[in-house]
Amino acid sequence: MGRTLAEKVWDDHVVRRAEGEPDLLFIDLHLLHEVTSPQAFDGLRQAGRPVRRLDLTIATEDHNTPTLDIDKPIADPVSRAQLETLRKNCADFGVRLHSLGDVEQGVVHVVGPQLGLTQPGTTVVCGDSHTSTHGAFGALAFGIGTSQVEHVLATQTLPLARPKTMAITVDGELPEDVTAKDLILAIITKIGTGGGQGYILEYRGSAIEKLSMEARMTICNMSIEAGARAGMIAPDETTFAYIEGRAHAPQGEDWDAAVAYWKTLKSDDDAEFDAEVVIDAASLAPFVTWGTNPGQGAPLSAAVPDPASYEDASERYAAEKALEYMGLTAGQPLRDIRVDTVFVGSCTNGRIEDLRAAAEIVGGRKVADGVRMLVVPGSARVGLQAVSEGLDLVFKEAGAEWRHAGCSMCLGMNPDQLAPGERSASTSNRNFEGRQGKGGRTHLVSPQVAAATAVLGHLASPADLSEADARTPAGVR
Amino acid sequence: MEAFTKHTGRAVPLRRSNVDTDQIIPAHWLKKVTRDGFEDGLFEAWRKDASFILNQPERAGATVLVAGPDFGTGSSREHAVWALQNYGFKTVISSRFADIFRGNSLKNGLLTVVLEQKIVDALWELTEKDPQAEITVDLEAREVRAEGITAAFELDENARWRLLNGLDDISITLQNEADISTYEAKRPSYKPRTVQV
Ligand code: SF4
Repeated sequence: MGRTLAEKVWDDHVVRRAEGEPDLLFIDLHLLHEVTSPQAFDGLRQAGRPVRRLDLTIATEDHNTPTLDIDKPIADPVSRAQLETLRKNCADFGVRLHSLGDVEQGVVHVVGPQLGLTQPGTTVVCGDSHTSTHGAFGALAFGIGTSQVEHVLATQTLPLARPKTMAITVDGELPEDVTAKDLILAIITKIGTGGGQGYILEYRGSAIEKLSMEARMTICNMSIEAGARAGMIAPDETTFAYIEGRAHAPQGEDWDAAVAYWKTLKSDDDAEFDAEVVIDAASLAPFVTWGTNPGQGAPLSAAVPDPASYEDASERYAAEKALEYMGLTAGQPLRDIRVDTVFVGSCTNGRIEDLRAAAEIVGGRKVADGVRMLVVPGSARVGLQAVSEGLDLVFKEAGAEWRHAGCSMCLGMNPDQLAPGERSASTSNRNFEGRQGKGGRTHLVSPQVAAATAVLGHLASPADLSEADARTPAGVR
Repeated sequence: MEAFTKHTGRAVPLRRSNVDTDQIIPAHWLKKVTRDGFEDGLFEAWRKDASFILNQPERAGATVLVAGPDFGTGSSREHAVWALQNYGFKTVISSRFADIFRGNSLKNGLLTVVLEQKIVDALWELTEKDPQAEITVDLEAREVRAEGITAAFELDENARWRLLNGLDDISITLQNEADISTYEAKRPSYKPRTVQV
């Protein structure tokens, strides 16, 4: 019987297989950041163990880093201490580190692909659940806890039980204004935040094949929000073209050998998945969340649902709690929801394509009065690219704030936070209570919806913007 | 890691589904660089509400958390496990855990027990009615027991063996060092490297 993509990559990394034990898998790439690594390095120190494979390990700073005044000492002493701990650990153990101020610094999941380190058929881990992002390249990539970080540092392997596989087939054409973000939000709402639990998801079908690498990363990024261990997309010419020429891409004969291997990385026609979900791309529309988990979403044209409409008691209760926290009432059109803040950034939508999409919409327009729009590139290099294209000016002229790279308001570990009761439209991946700041309320959206929302001051799609423009006298757009 | 064989204690019934790791321990606590001192951050936002179950005096000293489905969703932060342990919980019962959370808990000796929702419902009823009611989680017998309730649970044999003996994963893996070296020797040269060695 044929094998799925996930099974092929898994099998190629088994170091040891024994009856009654989890497989011991080799890890090709280990990404580190300041938040989940300190206790792991401490563990190594206590046991007197070195890092086994420094050449497969790389660190950057992202979660705590400020997005303003990056040349000054970090104001928050606790954040500063955590960054200094990472710097010391990397220096002591010899790990390559990209610190704040370095051109390769940025959100860890933007940095790996950008350097060409994320490659098809590799195993990639990081102490961060959105490691699933790297699956867009046909890598088996998943988030791990700090104990596992220590395990990988010490052994370059992990003992793991093999998850099941689920195919998510998306055929057809995505309608205009419908992006990868809308697609993944719709998938999560369909299968639920626990729907992918125990599975590696493989996204496939004609709609997926047409997507750029950046859009594929957006989709795989949020696999974890459906509870899945990982998300994958079979590598193809789009993937190879993205990698070719990057700093760590294979060269010469190695390139040819690599591509030959990469071409074998797709699910066989007779491979069997443990579960399958089919989605018609043409049926999708811009999608936003109204609740406090990423599965509580609806098309932008819909209304806030009535909790009473949920049959399942715990879902009903969760919806009631969510509406209370979000300050929303059932039946309220989603388009009427006014926001205070718009955040464009994160490892979900902080890449250059996302910034271009948002800039195109706010270009020549103004951010609505009373709305703060924050644009945070996913990495310093993405920021530089945006500047070279003049996107920073577009944002600034529209009245948005152009910031330095990092996780920023995705989780508010740095000063970029919502105030209690403030509402955001955010291109990030989590709308949990308090995620963007204590008492903050988050609506997850695509960069296009974020930009249109910033201009109109309420949740909106680019189409709403053209209608608003049509009502405005010519020349004063 | 501390071994887990059998534990008996009073419970906290937490009737919420989808309790994500941001609720278990908010991000600002993640700046700490130790594995301890997270107890005050556990469910921090909810604890501001005097009526929250953890704030009830009769729940003080409880060691068994009985949670709703999809407990521990969201981030990979092991801090969520440490916070539960620092607070005093020895075991968490739910009908469904998020994968990464479950893996993290078992690595730290916090036993996560999966029971059918109807048994979780029964445990909620029992411990809501009687805060003094005790729950026993017996890993040797793979059984949860409380007044009027006996329920078997599953845990894969390998994880169970590691927990019962409090074994450290890294030492076990390093016993297979030769396998790792053999694998490394045959890795293709086109695989990416972060630095030249
Ligand atoms: S951008 Fe957000 S989701 Fe991504 S790594 Fe940073 S905090 Fe996590």
